[in-house]
Amino acid sequence: MSGGPVAALGRAVLVAAEETGQFTFLVRSTFGWMTSSRIEWRQTLIQIVRVGVESLPVTAMTAFFTGMVLALQTGSSSKHFFNEPLFVGTVVSFALVMELAPVMTAIVVAGRAGAAIAAELGTMKVTEQIDALYTLGTDPIRYLVIPRFIAFMVVLPFLTVASDFTGIWGGYLVAHAKYQIPATVYWHDIVNNMEIRHFVHGFLKTFVFAAVISLVSCFKGVTTRGGAEGVGKATTAAVVISMVLILILDYFVTAVLNAFGIT
Amino acid sequence: MIDAEGVIKSFGPRTILRGIDIRVETGETLVIIGGSGCGKSTFLKCVIGLHHPDEGKIVVDGIEVAKLKTEAEIADYRRRFGYLFQEGALFDSMTVWENITFGLRYLTDIPTGKYRKIASDCLALVGLKDVEDFKPSELSGGMKKRVALARAIAAQPSYILYDEPTTGLDPIMTDVIADLILDLQTKLKVTAIAVTHDMKAAYKVATRIAMFHEGKVLQVAHPEIIKISDNPFVRQFVDGKSEGPIKMKLKEFEADGASNAHPAKAS
Repeated sequence: MSGGPVAALGRAVLVAAEETGQFTFLVRSTFGWMTSSRIEWRQTLIQIVRVGVESLPVTAMTAFFTGMVLALQTGSSSKHFFNEPLFVGTVVSFALVMELAPVMTAIVVAGRAGAAIAAELGTMKVTEQIDALYTLGTDPIRYLVIPRFIAFMVVLPFLTVASDFTGIWGGYLVAHAKYQIPATVYWHDIVNNMEIRHFVHGFLKTFVFAAVISLVSCFKGVTTRGGAEGVGKATTAAVVISMVLILILDYFVTAVLNAFGIT
Repeated sequence: MIDAEGVIKSFGPRTILRGIDIRVETGETLVIIGGSGCGKSTFLKCVIGLHHPDEGKIVVDGIEVAKLKTEAEIADYRRRFGYLFQEGALFDSMTVWENITFGLRYLTDIPTGKYRKIASDCLALVGLKDVEDFKPSELSGGMKKRVALARAIAAQPSYILYDEPTTGLDPIMTDVIADLILDLQTKLKVTAIAVTHDMKAAYKVATRIAMFHEGKVLQVAHPEIIKISDNPFVRQFVDGKSEGPIKMKLKEFEADGASNAHPAKAS
């Protein structure tokens, strides 16, 4: 490659523009095929098991410890300022249900299932299996992307709800064992202060995260180039882009939900 | 009949096909030969519709693939073809019989209850048996090629496109696969295009041979004519000589007339 920094910048802009165009095409085709063609339910079910059931232990454990550390920090801070642990249940539940459970679950699933999807589809691409799908009468979007997209949209909200509960239970364990907060107080703090709209706030975010992880991972997989090295790069890129987008979009989705009063 | 007229195809700044005009008559086996990167595989992928030509057209049985719009039209077009990929492209996650019958769901109305029997029949046609429940990773290179061939013929296509069917196989297996292709041509009466570097296999299976060079067709003729061709490019390729008009440098970065001295001796 020749040229100075301007040429390098130009090439980078061209690549970014090309990838954005290809990604847009993939998103459009995904929604187009979903509305016009038969859904591959068997493949979708396989993906639901892979993404959901197999991710549950790790997302639940992550949420459990997050809830525990939240209770520990809240209890310790409020003891420091007020001489007793106040509102531990409220802080743990609000932080988890509205922010931490959706974001942490999405990040863990992106690292686990998103990477697996990019690696699998990338390998299929470099070994011409994706071309083979086409020659055998189906479309890679229909056979590979849509089942994964649906699986993520179904599974991530459930995983997040599971994380909400395990995280709150983790918080309770610490609140009870370390700060001797009675169960009635801990749960009372939660039930009294939390409303359904707080839960909906966190729940709605998961659909955005599910779309991001599934579409980015599938896109990176089906556009893989260049053998084993290409598969490695695609996998890394899928995880990094998904995680960064989750964190960035979290802010904007929160802002939009707040604007609609879902907060 | 497959009729290609003025097919031009580029990928970014690289033009791969620079005006391909070729006709494949019904029932014949056209073998395309040519050096690596001359556009052979790209042409095959244009025929089946994996790539669309930038200019020119490919018409199969009166249908121009680039103009197909609906899912039904595209499925009807693909039903005509079986495609053998260079490395087989078998689905790792499926067994042999699932691989072979994969396309039947999309290309035919055959009830699923008959799939297993069809897989066994196709395997018998390519000289295999009792491997239905194996995974592709448990098969040798030659067996994978045969299974891929069985998958290509499962939906009873009118056309078979072979992309380097003998690459990566030992000389005996190469000959076996060439025999198998000939056998399938006789039994199934299909029209075929085969892309290969292997002249022995090419002479064996071809009705006609087309030589591609830098995205153009240099010569199309009967194998016996190709053997004695006076075209210097064709001559060099079929004789497998490094000297001649087709320049494949020993080192890609080597300038013409540059010294070949070992670096240690250069100073």
